[in-house]
Amino acid sequence: MTLVQTNPLAQPLVEVRAVRHVYGNTGASGLLVLDNVDLTLSSNEIVGLLGRSGSGKSTLLRSIAGLIAPTQGVVDFPHGPSERKASVSMVFQSFALFPWLTVLQNVEVGLEAKRVPAEERRRRALAAIDLIGLDGFESAYPKELSGGMRQRVGLARALVVDPDVLLMDEPFSALDVLTAETLRTDLLDLWSERRMPIKSILIVTHNIEEAVLMCDRILVFSSNPGRVVAELKVDLPHPRNRLDPAFRALVEDIYVRMTTRATPGQARDGMFQGMGIGTALPRVSTNALAGLMEAVAAAPYNGKADLPQLASELQYEADDLFPIAEVLQLLRFVELEGGDLKLLPAARRYVDAEVDQRKQLFAQQLLAHVPLAAHIRRVLDDRASHLAPARRFRDELEDFMSEDYAAQTLKTAVQWGRYGEVFAYDEDADQFSLDNPV
Amino acid sequence: MVFFFEDSKDARPLSHFVRKGGALSWADLIAFLLLAAAAVLVVQGAEQMGQPLAHLQSQPVVLDPARLPEYALLTTLRMFAALAASLVFTFVVATLAAKSRKAELVIVPALDILQSVPVLGFLTFTVTFFMGLFPGREVGVECAAIFAIFTSQAWNMSFSFYQSLRTIPADLDEVARQFGFSPWRRFVRLELPFAMPGLVWNTMMSMSGGWFFVVASEAITVGDTTVTLPGIGSWLSIAIGNEDFKAVGLAVLAMAVVIVLYDQLVFRPIVAWADKFRFEQTASQARPSSWLYDLIRRTRLLRRLFAAFAWPIRNLPAFNWPGLPAAPPIRAGGVADRALNLLWLALVAFACLWAAWVLQNFIARSLSWSDVLTAFILGLATLTRVMVLIAVASLIWVPIGVWVGLRPAWAERLQPLAQFLAAFPANVLFPFAVTAIVAFRLDPNIWLSPLMVLGTQWYILFNVIAGASAIPTDMKEAAHIFGIGGWQWWRQVALPAIFPYYVTGALTATGGSWNASIVAEVASWGDRQLEAAGLGAFIAKATTAGDYPRVALGIAVMSVFVIVVNRVVWRPMYRYAERRLRLD
Repeated sequence: MTLVQTNPLAQPLVEVRAVRHVYGNTGASGLLVLDNVDLTLSSNEIVGLLGRSGSGKSTLLRSIAGLIAPTQGVVDFPHGPSERKASVSMVFQSFALFPWLTVLQNVEVGLEAKRVPAEERRRRALAAIDLIGLDGFESAYPKELSGGMRQRVGLARALVVDPDVLLMDEPFSALDVLTAETLRTDLLDLWSERRMPIKSILIVTHNIEEAVLMCDRILVFSSNPGRVVAELKVDLPHPRNRLDPAFRALVEDIYVRMTTRATPGQARDGMFQGMGIGTALPRVSTNALAGLMEAVAAAPYNGKADLPQLASELQYEADDLFPIAEVLQLLRFVELEGGDLKLLPAARRYVDAEVDQRKQLFAQQLLAHVPLAAHIRRVLDDRASHLAPARRFRDELEDFMSEDYAAQTLKTAVQWGRYGEVFAYDEDADQFSLDNPV
Repeated sequence: MVFFFEDSKDARPLSHFVRKGGALSWADLIAFLLLAAAAVLVVQGAEQMGQPLAHLQSQPVVLDPARLPEYALLTTLRMFAALAASLVFTFVVATLAAKSRKAELVIVPALDILQSVPVLGFLTFTVTFFMGLFPGREVGVECAAIFAIFTSQAWNMSFSFYQSLRTIPADLDEVARQFGFSPWRRFVRLELPFAMPGLVWNTMMSMSGGWFFVVASEAITVGDTTVTLPGIGSWLSIAIGNEDFKAVGLAVLAMAVVIVLYDQLVFRPIVAWADKFRFEQTASQARPSSWLYDLIRRTRLLRRLFAAFAWPIRNLPAFNWPGLPAAPPIRAGGVADRALNLLWLALVAFACLWAAWVLQNFIARSLSWSDVLTAFILGLATLTRVMVLIAVASLIWVPIGVWVGLRPAWAERLQPLAQFLAAFPANVLFPFAVTAIVAFRLDPNIWLSPLMVLGTQWYILFNVIAGASAIPTDMKEAAHIFGIGGWQWWRQVALPAIFPYYVTGALTATGGSWNASIVAEVASWGDRQLEAAGLGAFIAKATTAGDYPRVALGIAVMSVFVIVVNRVVWRPMYRYAERRLRLD
């Protein structure tokens, strides 16, 4: 872990101390999303929260925004010399514009809530619209705008209330690559030219390159539960160049940190929440699994690939690639080590095999390494009728996880089991069986 | 009930005319005259409603064609009064249900049941109640009639609003909370706009059903009291009493004109305006249009006039209600909270027991178990009628609807007609059927039955047309390429595609038919009375006789039938369609 020296002159705006958050039941069945997180946000910095879905980074952001009260811990806004607590404002991944209000009305809405008089409201909103490059769109409705323009409205709406801290929740992930890049550059220009009234930006992202491109400091989160596993300072001068070797090295370093398990003592399936049959399974299709194995087996990788390189080659975001790789690891088809993905012998056999053999191989790995699948199969084998209601397994899973996770996990088990022909599932009757339709 | 929904060019010849206009165009003048006349008529109508009851006797409804426009206006005013009441009820009750777990526990099931209760049966009680409230004044009877319409409108509007409130997108909710919206601002900036499309659609469906009830509730006989409020419904009942065919024909005509006018002048503009509230981020191709809406937006005078009217709408959202600092939510401890919940549950349970006791007392005082059995058997007879007729209507309208729906040119022309027919109060047409039955000496037990679906079958037709129009082109092309035809095409392409739409239509049609049975199973022409054995006739006769316990029994039994059929037949079909047959 890199030790970060914060600038002693910088004034702290937000202090998060020992925050812990559990969704749902606070008892054993609740889902622990944030575990003992500390964070200090100071003036004049852009800080990135980098992690995968389920790492609780959005929860942390919402705790700071005051939208969620964390189960434990403190979110504090220390008084600065100006005798005023820092104020925050937020930009959303989905833009969150009111479709029935025009661009101008959307920008004004926060001021209206603060009871700012009409003329001043109009003046400030127009200034924000001007700043963010939306002139001429004032009377348009959001549905008439492109995604990039909509997010500009979201940005103007957040800036117009003069916040000290701008909170951004994956602000560019719903945009196409080119649009996202333009918006990032524009935002960085406004920031470095100090044309925005804000003192600090806190940005949540799962895009490693985006974090390295924009941030002065990056907090890397592990998932399930979310913990800060690393804090990195980025000293590269702006504007940053993605092809710069120092930039690449930093991206590579973060990839390694994100694929290394948080604590070495954890079990093999520690990548996923839960243990044994209570392991929560992500929704990953068998086609994606096969595709990734084939890609890594082929040239130029020939069985061993560097994850950042693989991700950019396959046009995957890290967040999309990780679950596939990790399911392959769970099934013991691959080994993940230090940012590299290495095929195991089972995967090589799988890639070379025909359709039916592939299914058999998959079934073997599934029964050997996914306890839930093995459990379902065992129950079906034990019963004379070879039938079992799905309800029963769902109930069992709900002892370990929330209802939603249980439903998703069982759905994934159904998909994988169907592909491997390990068992059949009838949706109408909601039951598992051993029949194979001929 | 948006008629002429799809036609964008033909429906607005006026807007072309208007665009060419100069500083003060002809359209301005026309619009001004229309508006002024409407205002005068509204004032006159309201004046009349305040008259004492004796005035009704001294100035009875007369079959004079010159008075018919006035009667039509009064009928329409009643509709709008009921609509206003329904909206107020919706905002209060649905908001309460969405915000409070405790209120939700009671309100949601209550709405669900009230939706399926035959509201016509209530007339007996409401007339008595409101006449007692305003003794000797016409207002009492007016209130009863308006309340009858209200009971046919309010529930599904409330349900729609409640569901919208519960499904407010999480990100917009977070924006509202992050900016610290006050409850008022939250309502006008977030909740009301988000709920608007569903609310407008349900209001239209409610109004569509409401015409039936306004006609049925204007001429009421409860025991010895017979009241005929000036309106199309009373005109019709007097025409029936006098065996005056010309007058019945005029009533049909007046009704048709009223519904078309109301659609063109009120709802189409509202739908066109409400389009901007649709919660989707993509611009749609076919937007609802209204010539009146365009007229208002394009003529200077009208725009200014409406700006004056719209001033509160535009400025209320930004209005800052003084005082009342936002109180922090009271958080009782875990134990206290649970105790409060238990107390509430106990209170609800107690209220239920008390209600059951009151009902039991009321019915049991003058009725025996044999009466219950009679009502139940009659209920079975009506149930058979409803189900057979819905089946017959389905067999006829599903193939026709699919045929029409697959041909866009036809669908465009026929869909508005089907929607118009669904809104048209079928009870206005009953006299024609009754004279035919009398003339040909047909068995009323069989031939009165079709009247029950006369007005409701159109719901099946227009929903099926909508379903068939929505079959994706690629699906049709795939069916064509693989040579899927005949029964296989119906079984695997058409029927599954229209099924969700069909269920919606059939559910509405069934509910409407139960209600219609109360006026359809007993029909008269002059002094000849026809009657079919059924629960509807049972309720109708008890109403005329002023036999309150029997009316209550009839309504209770009919409600049970409707609820059971909904739970056993329609709900499972609905769920199946939701799970299996959705095209997205």
